[in-house]
Amino acid sequence: MHRGKGMKFVGDSRIPAVRKPNVPKDYSEYPGKTEAFWPNFLLKEWMVGAVFLVGYLCLTVAHPSPLERVADPTDTGYIPLPDWYFLFLYQLLKYTYASGPYNVIGAFVIPGLAFGGLLLAPFIDRGPERRPIKRPFATGFMLLALAATIFLTWESVIHHDWEAAEAQGKIVEEADFDKNDEGYKIFADQKNGCINCHGENLTGGAAAPSLVGTGLKPEEIKKIAHEGKGAMPPNMFKGTDEELDKMAEFISNLK
Amino acid sequence: MLNKIYDWVDERLDITPLWRDIADHEVPEHVNPAHHFSAFVYCFGGLTFFVTVIQILSGMFLTMYYVPDIKNAWESVYYLQNEVAFGMIVRGMHHWGASLVIVMIFLHTLRVFFQGAYKKPRELNWVVGVLIFFVMLGLGFTGYLLPWDMKALFATKVGIQIAASTPFIGEQVKILLAGHPDIVGAQTLTRFFAIHVFFLPAALLGLMAAHFIMIRRQGISGPL
Repeated sequence: MHRGKGMKFVGDSRIPAVRKPNVPKDYSEYPGKTEAFWPNFLLKEWMVGAVFLVGYLCLTVAHPSPLERVADPTDTGYIPLPDWYFLFLYQLLKYTYASGPYNVIGAFVIPGLAFGGLLLAPFIDRGPERRPIKRPFATGFMLLALAATIFLTWESVIHHDWEAAEAQGKIVEEADFDKNDEGYKIFADQKNGCINCHGENLTGGAAAPSLVGTGLKPEEIKKIAHEGKGAMPPNMFKGTDEELDKMAEFISNLK
Repeated sequence: MLNKIYDWVDERLDITPLWRDIADHEVPEHVNPAHHFSAFVYCFGGLTFFVTVIQILSGMFLTMYYVPDIKNAWESVYYLQNEVAFGMIVRGMHHWGASLVIVMIFLHTLRVFFQGAYKKPRELNWVVGVLIFFVMLGLGFTGYLLPWDMKALFATKVGIQIAASTPFIGEQVKILLAGHPDIVGAQTLTRFFAIHVFFLPAALLGLMAAHFIMIRRQGISGPL
C-alpha cells in the first residue's frame, strides 16, 4: 500500500487521487487459521470480558470498599500504610542502607534503576532473539526484579499489625452526653489521667479503646480501673471509691 | 438505510480506512484462545482496557456525589457508601478496579516482556505502555487521598515526604503536590482531585490512543 511522501490528493483535500480497493491485510506470514476480528473474535472477547466482570462484581459485593474515620491530622499515633501495590517501595525504605542518610538510594536510585530499566528495555535488550531462554540476561533480570517485588511485598504484609491497623481507623460512634455530668468531670480530672488516653469524647485513640457503648456493667468498669486491662496498667484511677462509683455508672450508661 | 447513511458519510469523510483499522482485520491463530488455550495470555491487555473503561465510567458517577474539600469530602463518601442507591457498588467497583487494573497491566507487561514482543519495530509502543503503567500508579496514589479518611491523609503525608526527599528539586515537588510547604490539607486535596480527575486521565487517554494506533499500524507480533 502506498503511504507517506508522494501521495496524490484531490485538490487540497486529504482524499487520495487514486482510490485503493479494500484488500484485507496479508497475514500469510502467520501460520494457521485466521479469524475475522469483527464480529467473530470480538464476540469471544466479550465472553471473556463477561466472565471477568462476574468475578469482579462478586469481589465488589463480597468485600465492600473500606472507609476509615474522617482524617484527623492531630492524631500522631496513626501508623499509615499505602495501597498494596506500593508496599514493595514502602518496605524498601525500611532497610538500613535504603533509609535515613541513605534515603536517596532507597527512594530514588534503586526504584529509578528498576523502572528506568523497564522503560528502556527494548534499547538494552537489542538482540534479535525473542524466546526467553535465548535472552538469559533479560529473563534473569526480570525474574530477579519479580522475586524482589514479591519478597518486599510479602515482608511488608507480615510485619504489619493488621488488627491494630483496623482498630486505629475504625469509625467510632460519637456518644451523646453532658460534659457537666459529675461522672465526666471525674473522668476528665487530670489526676486520674483517663482522658489522656481515652480522649475527651471517650472515643479512644491510638493508645486506648473507645469507652462508648462497651456494654460493661459498672462493677466490671471499676474492676478494670483497679486492675488494668491489656495495655492499661493497674491502679490508674487515683480518686476515691465514691468517685469511681459515679464514673463507672456514667461510662456504663454511654451509648 | 444504514448502508446509505454509511455511504453518504464515507463519500465525504472517507471513513472506510478508519473502520478497517478498528474492526475489519483478521486475528491470527497464535493469539486466539479458541485454537490454543495458552493464548489466553493475550487477553491481559484487553482486560486492562476493559477495567480502565469501568474505572472511567464509575469515576464519572462518583464525581456526581463527591465533594473535594476537607469539610465535606469524607461526609460525601460516607453518604455515597451508606445512603445512595448502589453507591456501595459503584464505589466498590472503582476501589477494586484500581487494584485489578494494576494486576492486569502487570500481567500484560510480563507477557510482552517474556515473549520479547517489544523488539524492533515495537520499541516505541513498549515505552508508551510503560508510561501508561506509571500513569496508573499515579492515579492510584492520588486517588488514595480523596476519601479523606485516616489512612488517606497519613499515607499521603508519607508519600509527600518521600517526594520531598528528591535531590535538588524536592521542596518544589512537595509544594507542587501539597500546595503548601508544611500543611497537607485543603490545598492538597483539591490538587490531588484535579490531578486524579483531569491531568492524569488526559495523559492516560492520549497514551492509550498512541498505544492502540501503534498496535494497528504494526500488527501483533508473530508467534515465538
